[in-house]
Amino acid sequence: MAKGNGKQHSAEASKDELLQYYRDMLLIRRFEERAGQLYGMGLIGGFCHLYIGQEAVVVGMQAALKDGDQVITAYRDHGHMLAAGMTANGVMAELTGRSGGYSRGKGGSMHMFSIEKAFYGGHGIVGAQVSLGTGLAFANKYRKDGKVCLTYFGDGAANQGQVYESFNMAALWKLPVVYIVENNQYAMGTAIQRSSSETHLHKRGISFNIPGEEVDGMDVVAVREAGRRAVERARAGEGPMLLEMKTYRYRGHSMSDPAKYRTKEEVDDMKAKHDPIEHVKKLITDAGHATEDDLKAIDREIRAIVSESATFAQESPDPDPSELMTDIYIEA
Amino acid sequence: MTQILMPALSPTMEEGNLTKWLVKVGDTIEPGQVIAEIETDKATMEVEAVDEGTVTELLVAEGAQGVKVNTPIAVLSGEGEQPSPLPRGEGAAQRAAGEGRSDVRMTESARPADRPSPPTPSPQGRGGLIPQSDPEIPANTQMIKVTVRDALRDAMAEEMRRDDRVFVMGEEVAEYQGAYKVTRELLQEFGAQRVVDTPITEHGFAGLGVGAAMAGLKPIVEFMTWNFAMQAIDQIINSAAKTLYMSGGQIKSSIVFRGPNGAASRVAAQHSQDYSSWYSHVPGLIVVAPYDAADAKGLLKAAIRNPNPVVFLEHEMLYGQEFEIPDVKDWIVPIGKAKVRRQGVDVTITAHSRMVGLALKAADELSKQGIEAEIIDLRTLRPLDTDTILESVRKTNRIVTVEEGWGQSGVGAEICARVTAEAFDYLDAPPTRVHQVDAPLAYAANLEALALPSVEKIVDAVKAVTYR
Ligand SMILES: Cc1ncc(C[n+]2csc(CCOP(=O)(O)OP(=O)(O)O)c2C)c(N)n1
Ligand SMILES: [Mg+2]
Repeated sequence: MAKGNGKQHSAEASKDELLQYYRDMLLIRRFEERAGQLYGMGLIGGFCHLYIGQEAVVVGMQAALKDGDQVITAYRDHGHMLAAGMTANGVMAELTGRSGGYSRGKGGSMHMFSIEKAFYGGHGIVGAQVSLGTGLAFANKYRKDGKVCLTYFGDGAANQGQVYESFNMAALWKLPVVYIVENNQYAMGTAIQRSSSETHLHKRGISFNIPGEEVDGMDVVAVREAGRRAVERARAGEGPMLLEMKTYRYRGHSMSDPAKYRTKEEVDDMKAKHDPIEHVKKLITDAGHATEDDLKAIDREIRAIVSESATFAQESPDPDPSELMTDIYIEA
Repeated sequence: MTQILMPALSPTMEEGNLTKWLVKVGDTIEPGQVIAEIETDKATMEVEAVDEGTVTELLVAEGAQGVKVNTPIAVLSGEGEQPSPLPRGEGAAQRAAGEGRSDVRMTESARPADRPSPPTPSPQGRGGLIPQSDPEIPANTQMIKVTVRDALRDAMAEEMRRDDRVFVMGEEVAEYQGAYKVTRELLQEFGAQRVVDTPITEHGFAGLGVGAAMAGLKPIVEFMTWNFAMQAIDQIINSAAKTLYMSGGQIKSSIVFRGPNGAASRVAAQHSQDYSSWYSHVPGLIVVAPYDAADAKGLLKAAIRNPNPVVFLEHEMLYGQEFEIPDVKDWIVPIGKAKVRRQGVDVTITAHSRMVGLALKAADELSKQGIEAEIIDLRTLRPLDTDTILESVRKTNRIVTVEEGWGQSGVGAEICARVTAEAFDYLDAPPTRVHQVDAPLAYAANLEALALPSVEKIVDAVKAVTYR
């Protein structure tokens, strides 16, 4: 498999596609900024891991999917859910722990799910979702339903043993799963070169005969192209691929991490030169698909959606106390 | 017009300093732009704008100290709008009530409810707090105030100075100074050979630690929280706990597994588990769960010197709490001994870790109502100091056990079984347990509060066994 070089694919996206990607990525960014603000106001508690900077990965991958294909990820999950079509209202209300949230307030930021959108969470234990995603793919093959499961994990998670146990089974049984490692270069305060003997994570599948590809995760079109290749291959019964998305998180690991382990210059450089939203914006304006004013109108639309979600998330009532003892077992 | 409010960096932050403005009146700002730097005692952080607009006013001067969270700090004109907390918003109220949590790496003050109030002398002399009853404190010893966090740190540092076989490993323990800052400055003193940052590989590094212990080193394995040790529980039980027995006494594993255990605040089901009963089920393991700083230090030093595998359960909500600790050279607290923290004649309450604070609070409450509770801090869960419990129950004829975890097969279940078997004739009421409700822990603030043990629940249980 040839190495993907993002930029050369950019031209292949149509006007409508680019505008859609712009809108989807902007929704994630504005949503996350607002979530950060609500956290600062004490309306969101616990852990809250923002996805700002990584938006092109989920938006590009989602564009490679068909309806019914599954997605599973870890705790940095707000972007994945919005990209999968879950509503801003439902996600924000879960962040505030209210009854209008996707888990009716019982899961919080790290644990949301939607059967309707085939989003399987939302998992807090680093690496655990990789085996679960492999199992979703096992079920797809078992049922011969033609579905593919996207299984996301981080560069830090790439060191968990169950990732490799899963790789082996997925390749052995040619399961329809695509592994996406979101290499944002840090696991909490640990830069990848301090934790990994092989830092080119797309090579981590080699000994299982899983082909890997390094992808510019800041370029939504490059992501989509790589995603399409991997998803098609999985759907055709040829087994898993491992896509390494080179990306970056702008914010700290979670809300209260001042991120002293990296320089301000490094972060500023990423924001200034590699921002995924600026990138797609430039593709749009360079091609004359839209004017600055058209894009401003989209901004306003997105802002309205996000504001509404913040209001909804504060007005939605607390879960009823009876919720404490429901959903523990299914009546049998 | 939009007001920009002073943000909280963690739910426990109440105020901070505005160290720097990066914008001035008249500047146009965009969402995501850094507009100011604020500082707390823990960290400096940047404030990013959420809305766009023009700065029309800076309400708080650069350098202002102690700016309360949610105070307006600037005014923007423009199309953005910042929501103010709606009236029913739980945020400010909740913070004021101290229901804070710390995020990984920021620290926190504990819930005020945990803090024992000063001892209330009982008028009848039927009960009261025992300020320091440890026989091991020499007379005229000076007491110093230390947080549980620093007590744990000092214990490790002292033992590492004393024995060069002792080393510490785990995620973020070295360069990051510990996810909860418990290993602060150990890297600087002992270097990277003895303070080892691991990849996120719990099963692997726990097993590696046991192997190193088999070879005669003395590892301290930190789990960022005990929730993540479930990845490694096979090595803790199958390798560390059983190998001495399986090898006919040849292979020893002197190793400490430590980290925060139990619920923090609103981190939901996968991050909020109490493993007390899980590990105390296992022969071959020693299980320790201290409450205050003196026990945290003395027991951790004892654990490091112990030739057996020790599971050392700390509590995130206690890390930031200050306690008095005796200023003696080599402060060691023996493993396997419970501590009577308060004397009373009407009921025995057993508790460990954070629950001790709740039990002490409940005892104050009860004392006002004429019920004197004897509080036993278990400190070590395996071996369990049954004698101290029985001695107390023979005096009070009643027992309430308190634990943060679930009831079934819990620590309280074990204690109640032992008391029933060995002091049956002394009991005037059925042994009673206070524990978490039988459900995974919810994220929502109201459900979380309903699920966990509280001072109120302890008071109610005591009233039930004293028939009040
Ligand atoms: C098994 C386990 N160990 C440790 C943690 C604590 N933890 C949460 S996130 C994290 C870092 C993960 O980094 P990475 O996989 O790169 O994902 P990112 O946060 O960058 O998205 C750690 C150590 C955990 N949740 N689960
Ligand atoms: Mg990462």
